[in-house]
Amino acid sequence: MTDQNYTIEFSHVTKRFGEHTVLDGLDFKIHEGKITTLLGFSGAGKSTILKHILGIYHPTEGHVKVLDKELVKMEEKEIRQFRTNFGMSFQYSALFDSMTNFENVCFPLREFTKLSNNEIREKVLNLMEQVGLEEHAFEKLPSEISGGMRKRVGLARALALEPKIMLYDEPTTGLDPITTHMVDDLIKSTHQRNAHIPMTSVIISHDISATLRISDYIAFLEKGRVVEHSSVEEFKRSKNPIIQRFLELSS
Amino acid sequence: MSTKLLKPIEDLGSWILDITPALGRLTLYMMTSTAWFFRPPLRTKLFINEMVFMGNKSLFIVGLTASFSGMVFAFQIYSGFTAFSVDSFVGPIVAIAVTKELAPVFCGLVVAGRCGAAMAAQIGTMKVTEQVDALEVMGVNAVQYLAVPKIFATVVTMPMLAAIYMLIANVGSWVVGTQVLGIDEAAYFAKAGDFMKLKMIAEGLIKAAVFGYLIAIVGTYQGFAVKGGAEGVGKGTNMAVVWGMILVLVVDFFLTAILMKVL
Repeated sequence: MTDQNYTIEFSHVTKRFGEHTVLDGLDFKIHEGKITTLLGFSGAGKSTILKHILGIYHPTEGHVKVLDKELVKMEEKEIRQFRTNFGMSFQYSALFDSMTNFENVCFPLREFTKLSNNEIREKVLNLMEQVGLEEHAFEKLPSEISGGMRKRVGLARALALEPKIMLYDEPTTGLDPITTHMVDDLIKSTHQRNAHIPMTSVIISHDISATLRISDYIAFLEKGRVVEHSSVEEFKRSKNPIIQRFLELSS
Repeated sequence: MSTKLLKPIEDLGSWILDITPALGRLTLYMMTSTAWFFRPPLRTKLFINEMVFMGNKSLFIVGLTASFSGMVFAFQIYSGFTAFSVDSFVGPIVAIAVTKELAPVFCGLVVAGRCGAAMAAQIGTMKVTEQVDALEVMGVNAVQYLAVPKIFATVVTMPMLAAIYMLIANVGSWVVGTQVLGIDEAAYFAKAGDFMKLKMIAEGLIKAAVFGYLIAIVGTYQGFAVKGGAEGVGKGTNMAVVWGMILVLVVDFFLTAILMKVL
């Protein structure tokens, strides 16, 4: 497999906060156009990886390459522009509570494109339809809709600029089983619908059953290192005792 | 030396160690946010919204404070001056005090309490609910989007509020002076006209703008500095009000000294 098949590359990445080492010589690559889930116990370094991908954190040692670019070498303005390549779905949606749901989805288009109001409206309606948002939710505030609906709005907002990399930070935390299933299906269908980009999806999760259902690849983290990075089938057959314990506890 | 005697010195040292990096961060934030004033995109709509919000929040209370402080001041000055038969000086004394000091300082205290707190609470809540992160991840500079319109709006709105304060307080003083205390109306206006200078109004408005800048800097900074959940937001809001008010009073002293020489 050539380098062009990877969207994100971590080479010997170490991240320390004072004396505390969060990532410890991390080495792994994320496949282009695939869904990769980062699994692991709390404090394993999953969120730190996400922040390195976004260029919010810089490694203490090593290199992080995203779409063939090293974010550490970029100016702040360049990083901000580069971030339009990302879409992110937050744990609790992080919708702007002073805006309606419709305005939330409009926001990135107004900030980063020169589209007319009509074009923006058309695109937003299309996005809302894609994520299954009903029309009555458009003019409501985020606080007036359910958690599942907020996830949909957050996803529509994240997809507005047709990102090459879609990041999901614990997308099903705090949701009931039915909504969890709905969000999982939404992630899968969003990924498939944007296969032409091609879109790479990275998910941070604790939910093993959802991970096995929707992922192409799984990276398992333990104490700042990837101890297993394989396809879902290989992951299920892993002999690694930590993974076996994780699978056992999760089931 | 006994431990009891050393304790205050230790506490002072610890306080200095705590406050120094905080002051450094605040200075850096002040420089960054001010630099964003002059860089596109200009967020006119947000700026106007903030001005309207500030006006709504402060206008009534500024008007109320102004009318009563003007009237009370007129009573107090009159009671002292009438003993020397110089009660016609009530007009200029109130006018000068209101214009140079009371208007900017009172408006500063009101805006710090009402708007500084609201700024810290809004940005703080956005911080703990990841809305600030969402902006950053999208590539939008959160300081430029959230703080700069607030800071700019406060700098512009504060002199307007101070001007309104000056007008209402002087009307209050005139009502009490001429209608209640019986000071001759012609003498009241003549003396006020003799002593009031345009540079005094300028001094009051400059002070108001500077106070507005500092209140907004502290309010937005405390918002971004919020950590944790609701408790953190409450703490940040409280700090914004306390430090906003302290800054108004302390900076007033230095600004008065500077403007006395400059104007």
